[in-house]
Amino acid sequence: MSITTQDRAAHEAWHDFAAGPWQERIDVRDFIQRNYTPYTGDGDFLAGPTERTTRVWGRLLAMFPDERERGVYDVDAATPSTITSHGPGYIDRDDEIIVGLQTDAPLKRAIMPNGGWRMVETALQTYGYPVDPDLARVFTQYRKTHNAGVFDVYPPAVRRARSSHIITGLPDAYGRGRIIGDYRRLALYGVDALIEDKRRERAELDELPSVEDVIRCREENAEQIRALEDLRTMSASYGFDVSRPARTAVEAVQWLYFAFLAAVKDQNGAAMSLGRTSTFLDVYLQRDLEAGVLDETAAQELIDDLVIKLRIVRFLRTPEYDALFSGDPTWVTESIGGMSTDGRTLVTRNSFRMLQTLYNLGPAPEPNLTVLWSPLLPEAFKRFCAKVSIDTSAIQYESDELIRGDLGDDAGIACCVSAMAIGKQMQFFGARVNIAKALLYAINGGRDEITGQQVAPETAPVTGDLLDYADVRARYDGLLDWLAETYVDALNCIHYMHDKYAYERLEMALHDRDVLRTMACGIAGLSVAADSLAAIRYARVRPIRDERGLVVDYEVTGDHPRYGNDDDLADEIAVDLVRSFMAKIRGRATYRDSVHTQSVLTITSNVVYGKHTGNTPDGRRTGEPFAPGANPMNGRDTHGMLAAALSVAKLPYSEARDGISLTTTVVPSGLGRTAEEQVSNLRGLLDAYVGSGGFHLNVNVLNRETLEDAMEHPEKYPQLTIRVSGYAVNFVRLTREQQLDVLSRTFHGSL
Amino acid sequence: MSVAPTAMGADRSIRLARIRLGDLGSVHSWELVTAVDGPGTRMTLFLSGCPLRCLYCHNPDTWRMRDGRLTSVEDVLARVGRYRHVFAATGGGLTVSGGEALMQPTFLGRILAGTKELGVHTTLDTSGYLGANATDAMLEVTDLVLLDVKSGDPETYRRVTGRDLAPTLRFGRRLSDRGIATWIRFVLVPGLTDDPDNVSLVADYAASLAGVERVEVLPFHQMGREKWARCALAYDLADTQPPTPELTERVREQFRERGLLVY
Repeated sequence: MSITTQDRAAHEAWHDFAAGPWQERIDVRDFIQRNYTPYTGDGDFLAGPTERTTRVWGRLLAMFPDERERGVYDVDAATPSTITSHGPGYIDRDDEIIVGLQTDAPLKRAIMPNGGWRMVETALQTYGYPVDPDLARVFTQYRKTHNAGVFDVYPPAVRRARSSHIITGLPDAYGRGRIIGDYRRLALYGVDALIEDKRRERAELDELPSVEDVIRCREENAEQIRALEDLRTMSASYGFDVSRPARTAVEAVQWLYFAFLAAVKDQNGAAMSLGRTSTFLDVYLQRDLEAGVLDETAAQELIDDLVIKLRIVRFLRTPEYDALFSGDPTWVTESIGGMSTDGRTLVTRNSFRMLQTLYNLGPAPEPNLTVLWSPLLPEAFKRFCAKVSIDTSAIQYESDELIRGDLGDDAGIACCVSAMAIGKQMQFFGARVNIAKALLYAINGGRDEITGQQVAPETAPVTGDLLDYADVRARYDGLLDWLAETYVDALNCIHYMHDKYAYERLEMALHDRDVLRTMACGIAGLSVAADSLAAIRYARVRPIRDERGLVVDYEVTGDHPRYGNDDDLADEIAVDLVRSFMAKIRGRATYRDSVHTQSVLTITSNVVYGKHTGNTPDGRRTGEPFAPGANPMNGRDTHGMLAAALSVAKLPYSEARDGISLTTTVVPSGLGRTAEEQVSNLRGLLDAYVGSGGFHLNVNVLNRETLEDAMEHPEKYPQLTIRVSGYAVNFVRLTREQQLDVLSRTFHGSL
Repeated sequence: MSVAPTAMGADRSIRLARIRLGDLGSVHSWELVTAVDGPGTRMTLFLSGCPLRCLYCHNPDTWRMRDGRLTSVEDVLARVGRYRHVFAATGGGLTVSGGEALMQPTFLGRILAGTKELGVHTTLDTSGYLGANATDAMLEVTDLVLLDVKSGDPETYRRVTGRDLAPTLRFGRRLSDRGIATWIRFVLVPGLTDDPDNVSLVADYAASLAGVERVEVLPFHQMGREKWARCALAYDLADTQPPTPELTERVREQFRERGLLVY
């Protein structure tokens, strides 16, 4: 790319920026590293909301109760969403600084049929909107969808595993998401330069022989260029010319948001994360602040206005989908803070501004604000984060140490816990398998403990009056081999078809050509499986059979160690499960040679998984929810929150590089007597946890009474935010079942 | 970290010798806690056995030494060492509580000394009733004492605990003389310890000591009720309510009036 010579617009836009290789090729990280201003001070400089901010946000606040009541505020049932499908939309045209909506009105949801027609149809019927017969014909007869493609190729084993719920939540009927476009590129380079770079990539591809991989890349490249042109058209409809780079902070925020907006108009991905933008934007804000073009109030107002937009990203989804991923999440995850590989902190004033939006606009689940925590972070920033957590419960933390060590210092989180190098890496999202249920299959010779159906290949079920650890472990091992095989099979089918029928053209246009692809597998039920194995190993477990000869219950005598108490005897079982399942996954060939990873994360599906799993040898009853993510089972962690966290920290990140999730809830008094003490102690706990190799921590600082009252009087708590697995949700938008689950989780009165 | 009785082998005399040497002790449980039992995040080690029978005790399962698990000093210190970085990050340390930690003074002394050697902050949580068991050498390796003064009036003290108040007062005085940092704790039970005169006596005493950094007024709660039932013990306070915020405030004010830092 020859941006410097070719483009006077760039020259103008980049005045006062330190020159470097980023001007010769697309390299946002290099730009940041040469131009950002680390900030080690405190939050005293921050500004509150302007009247305008409060007014615009107030308009939306007035609309939320209707939306909550009906499930959706409005739907455009007739226009399939594309980057250019809808004309410009505004909350209040004269009052907005940053503009752009997914459709022509706020909170009006669009249909996105490329993922699957049935999902669209079901959603429209659920919310009482007409199903256009012409559209139905188009997407069932003329235009194949991702969903239709997947079901053309699923083998029977996958279908059986899917309908018996041992593999659940697969993105075979909805957009896979978890791909982060490098939305910063539009601001830094403008569309023209991005297209030029894609043409350069294309020229390289044209030199290669036309074999399948190359042909696919060329087609994708053509789609990417088309998407970038659409992005230009969409922005033009709002009166902006994004052909050229952004010249000011206002433009930088607007350009970046346009790029993200195009992505959420193009794709209904399960998670549509923003990336790592705060420090990038700080460079522009800092330049304008120093030039006197902007003051702090205006800088904060700009970020507040961006966040307002990010808070109203909406997708049309079905109730089944919501049962898995409750609270209508979009996972507009923004990664904040962290350290540079050269030892400077990546915290800037804009890291503070982004968190300040939680005060200026009130707490909210989106954007999913994620602090990349390192014990090396500036003390004042650590304390500010701790304070915001205590006040709002709306931050999640991930280990900058582990992420930086693995992916460098320009990585961000997609969804909840999936780290990826921005613009250089994407993932094939794979939901998760139920390894607790798999243990029951192993005991029952591959039969489902509830339906009695033969799901996994038939083996001899366990016999005898007492479960023998070595015997059960060997059977389990064999069953997990089958599960890994079936699981990766399913994912290969899904992602082949997703690339073919629902390709993320805009998001991938904001990536390098040669990206690292991961096959992101996942496991649920880790603590149930670990405690069950610990019971079999260290206590006496007698299987109870029903008239079908199925083991349906277990009688446990004697005590046994439990995962979550920093007790190696139990924790090592969990570690071993993570390691061994990862090894089995690695043994399977993946679509596009993607790199195998896995997560220990359930989002809110721990409730659904539990519902579909029979009695387990750890004493858990049929239907009882699993613990979320890598959490110990509810109430079994008896040595305090930190001991539980240290158990979780033993799970090796190298064997779960798609993330390991831990959610905790504490009451404020459990952190200290004074606000000052609470901040110090939370900061210390985060240092201790990350310092011990912990990867992810959700912190809810809430009183039990608050949650109980919110269940009874949701209208009093429209903005009550709590963190569940890797994301935050609006508590009053959870189902009652999920609310009860949150309550029954260990409420750490003291940490 | 506990040693199962069978693992001790048949040689009962060796075990008894090890107990006498303080090499083994009876431990109820441990926990990592924050914001209670001292500064920062702490490993609180609950030893079994207590000479008092407080009516409001929320851990009656720690009363009898024989209910604990025999545990070696080595195992305790291994766990303390494991959490050294946690203590460093949070400004925490080890707190030995009970039961009554001073029921096993040799064991306790070795734990405190070993912990100190690891460079970890030490706290002793005690009623002070067995303060005479604390040697000067032990106090030398104790950074902070949480001294539970259960009542100021000897009669009330006897009603609450079944024992004398005087040993506690003597122990507190000794801590004061040695300049050891002390947090005074007072459990507020309506109808039992809330008499203004009783509180005044505790407050006067606290104000008279040199090393007192703070006073914690702990409102009585019913979270221990189940344990009494589980231990098949008669529980006199089954109908007692937690103190009202007003009462708690009145009592805290009585301490505050004497220039003490009160929570």
